[in-house]
Amino acid sequence: MSVLPYLVAAWVFLVGCYGLATSRNLIHAVGCLAVCQSATYVLLLAVGYRNGGTAPVFSDLKPGSRPVVDPVVQALALTDVVVGATVTAVLLALVLQISKRHGTVDPDELSELRG
Amino acid sequence: MTRRVRLIVLAVGGAGLAALLVAACFCLPGFGGVRHPYGDRVVRASLARHTANTIASVNFDQRAFDTLGEMSILFASVLGTVVLLRQTRDEHRAEPEPEEVALPVRRYALVVLPVAVLTGLYVIAHGQLSPGGGFQGGVVVATALHLLYLGADYRALERIRPVGSYEAGDALAASAYLVLGLAGAVAGTAVLANFLPYGTFNTLSSGGTVPLLNAAIGMEVACAVVVLLARFLDQAVEIEKGDGK
Repeated sequence: MSVLPYLVAAWVFLVGCYGLATSRNLIHAVGCLAVCQSATYVLLLAVGYRNGGTAPVFSDLKPGSRPVVDPVVQALALTDVVVGATVTAVLLALVLQISKRHGTVDPDELSELRG
Repeated sequence: MTRRVRLIVLAVGGAGLAALLVAACFCLPGFGGVRHPYGDRVVRASLARHTANTIASVNFDQRAFDTLGEMSILFASVLGTVVLLRQTRDEHRAEPEPEEVALPVRRYALVVLPVAVLTGLYVIAHGQLSPGGGFQGGVVVATALHLLYLGADYRALERIRPVGSYEAGDALAASAYLVLGLAGAVAGTAVLANFLPYGTFNTLSSGGTVPLLNAAIGMEVACAVVVLLARFLDQAVEIEKGDGK
C-alpha cells in the first residue's frame, strides 16, 4: 500500500495530540510534543523516498548510477530535529521553574496566578 | 470544563482532523515515486559545486540562509534556558558529593571518551563529504565530554568544561557564521553565497565555504549542547532550595 507511510505519520501525530490533551504531567506533555514532532520526520522521509534509492552522498557513489532519495526533505528533517531538540530544552527548563514556583507539574492545578 | 466534556471535545476534533489527514494522504504523490523535481535539481547543483554530500550543500551553500535561521533558534533557545535555569535568590549552591563508580563503568567511559570526541570531530570535518556534518558531530562531541560525568564524577567534568568559555564559544561560532556570510557580500557575490573556489571533488577542501560554515555550526552546536546540559546538571546536582548565601 503506497499511502501507508503517510498514514503512519498522521497516526503518530494524532497519538501525540491525544497525549498532549489528556496529560496530567507537564513533563509527560513535553514528551507528547516530541511524539507529535516525530510524525513530521516520518512524513518528510516518506515524501522524499524513492524506490531503490540510497543516501544522496556521492563520496563513494558514481553520480547517476543509482537513484538517490530527495535531499531537500533530508535537509528539512535535519532542521526539524534541531528545532525540536532546542524547543524541548526550553520547555523542560520552563517546567522546572513551574515545579519550583508552584510545587506541582499538573497543568490542571496551575489555574491561579502567582507573582 | 470537566474531564469528560474535554475528552468528548477532543474526540470530535480529533476525528475531524484524522478524516482530513487521511483524505490528504490519498492526494499525496505515491510513496517511493520517481518524480522529485527539487531533489534532482539540488543534486545537480551540488555536483556542480563539487560537494559530495548533497545535504551539506543544501544546508551550507544553496540554502545557507535557512541555516542562519536555524542557528539563531538554537542560540536563542540556549539563551532562554540559561536565563530560566539561573540560580535564584532563594537558592544556594551545595558542594556535590563524590560518588563511587563501578570499575568497569569507569574504565569503559575513560576508554571511550577520547574515541567519541575524535569521532565527533571527524564527523564535523567530513560534513561536506560523508553523511553527517556540524549539527550531528557537534552533538557527538558535546555528549562525549559527559562520559566523564558517568565515568568519574561531577568535579572532573567541571574541570574540562568551564561553562563560561563554552558560552563564549557558542557566541563566537554564531558570529563566525554571520561574518562568513557577510564576507560573501564583501567579496562581491551575496550574503551567505559561496565565494571561494570549489576545489577538487571529494577532498576535504571541496565545496568552497561549505566546510567553513559547517565548522562554525559544529562549534556552535557542541558549545550549545554543553551549556544546555551544564544548566540542567547544575539544577540536578548543585542548586538547592533554602537560604544559605
